[in-house]
Amino acid sequence: MEMLYAITTGILTACGLYLTLRRRTFPVVVGLTLLSYAVNLFLFSMGGLTTDGAALVNESKNIADPLPQALVLTAIVIGFAMTAFVVILAMRARSEAGNDHVDGKKEDHE
Amino acid sequence: MIQHLIVLPVVLPLIAGILLLYQRQGLVRYKRAVSVVASVLLLFVSIALVNQAASGEITYYALGDWQPPFGVVLVLDRLSALMVLVTAILAVGAVIFACGGDDEKGSNFHGLFQWQLLGINGAFLTGDLFNLFVFFEVLLLASYALLLHGGGKARIHASVHYVVLNLAGSSLFLIAVGILYGATGTLNMADMAHKLASLPAEREGLVTAGALMLLVVFGLKSAILPLYFWLPRAYAAAPAPVAALFAIMTKVGIYAILRVYSLIFSDQAGGLVALEQPWIWWLALATLAAAGVGVIAARDLRLLVAYLVLISVGTLLAGIGMRSPAATSALLFYLIHTTLITGGLFLLAEMIGLQRGKPGTRIVKGRPLVQGNALSITFFVGAIAIAGLPPLSGALGKALMLNAAEGSERLWLWPLLLLTSLASLIALSRAGSTLFWRSHRGSPSGSILSRYQWIGMLWLLSAAPLMVAFAGPVSSYTQATGEQLANPQLLINTLLPDAGDTQ
Repeated sequence: MEMLYAITTGILTACGLYLTLRRRTFPVVVGLTLLSYAVNLFLFSMGGLTTDGAALVNESKNIADPLPQALVLTAIVIGFAMTAFVVILAMRARSEAGNDHVDGKKEDHE
Repeated sequence: MIQHLIVLPVVLPLIAGILLLYQRQGLVRYKRAVSVVASVLLLFVSIALVNQAASGEITYYALGDWQPPFGVVLVLDRLSALMVLVTAILAVGAVIFACGGDDEKGSNFHGLFQWQLLGINGAFLTGDLFNLFVFFEVLLLASYALLLHGGGKARIHASVHYVVLNLAGSSLFLIAVGILYGATGTLNMADMAHKLASLPAEREGLVTAGALMLLVVFGLKSAILPLYFWLPRAYAAAPAPVAALFAIMTKVGIYAILRVYSLIFSDQAGGLVALEQPWIWWLALATLAAAGVGVIAARDLRLLVAYLVLISVGTLLAGIGMRSPAATSALLFYLIHTTLITGGLFLLAEMIGLQRGKPGTRIVKGRPLVQGNALSITFFVGAIAIAGLPPLSGALGKALMLNAAEGSERLWLWPLLLLTSLASLIALSRAGSTLFWRSHRGSPSGSILSRYQWIGMLWLLSAAPLMVAFAGPVSSYTQATGEQLANPQLLINTLLPDAGDTQ
């Protein structure tokens, strides 16, 4: 399971990074979203991966670390707020400049 | 009451911000009153905190009474108290300036301003790595909205870069925190420092990776060389009171570097001690050189001040790179000076731009100014202070920095720091003579500036003579701070009373 988890996180990060480096704002926003998904997955795994374990002491023999779950919840909330903001910002930049280039420049070549 | 003092710099702006939410438009007088009163109260609270910390005792506030290392703590030592005080002084100046009319150019300026203060103060006080991330996000979210305050094409484009870069930085921050938690099993900074002493050898690589990723994140916030390209545009585009408040934002990154690497990766960290030092030292020097070129190339007064901020960042980071108590003390003295003076210069640039009308802050010929004499005298004082000429505070700060360099460090720091000072002197004198002397004939332009703007700007620039007059007490405080930072065991023992026994 560790392997699958690591590969998933890695692919998400790679895709997010690639899209973030694009020149139009829409792929950049999608890239940032993918990146934040990857980070959430990564944070979730940082206490070690446990299957079938409750995040409560004395409930079962198999205990999952509860702290990463709390952290990832915070990170998800912040990530949502940021995504909402950056979408609005990208739309305003689009309407202000007339195109969706990240520098707001008209493209000379395509 | 007294034991709750530490949490007040976080709670006070929060309450003020909530009060200011009441109505987003209108009620101008009420909102200004709430905002100014909250900022002045914050100033008194931070003076009380500095008083408390000056004794050298480290105190902490366990939120919800969950004791460290499990709960989230706010830690008050000399460094965090000093940073909160500088923030409060800057905030009072900026908020008074904003009352001159800038706050009504968009909605909810004062509320966002208070929340930004909440984030900044929280970042300075927290003793928990994840909590540092949360406060960073709070101050960043407020800063995104403040940067857009008033709208306009330039601001939106600068914002796109600023927001995207910082979002990527936040992701990196979370990854770094995750790695460090995975390797050490704690998020409390003091506890992490304690645990590093008994770190299994095979995890050293992991911790190094996490620590250097954190350095990238803090480097992005503090605008170190390969990561500073967002800064000049964003700062030049921001509304003046916001730009003045942003003067402390780069210092949040510098504070974070100072705190994390002096506490967690200090002498007890074994093979990981001072792992950031070679990076910071060389990148700081490179930042200084690049900023020196930038300041000469700037064709706009606000851009010029933004590059002056970069020069101060390079100087401060070089101080961290030297990693000695003397250097820390010098850089803290310089930090107080540079934060307040660059903040004041942003305000002054805006006032000059307002009075010039059409040419704005571009460094080109224009018509004479109505209040040209008063503006030029204050510009002269600000320029002398920031360029580092005697008799004002910049000279003292830079002399302390130069004095703190030892051996081969002198060979690099002295010429670079002096040359960038020369560069800023040239740029400022050229800007000043073009703005005030090389004017067209004709009747003076512009309307009389608001009284609030004068008060806010003078409040910040008066730091230059005051810091010389009170250089003794200030430098003895920063010296004590440098010594306290050099001895992190004190903080670890305060937060974790049992930690000392197992060592």
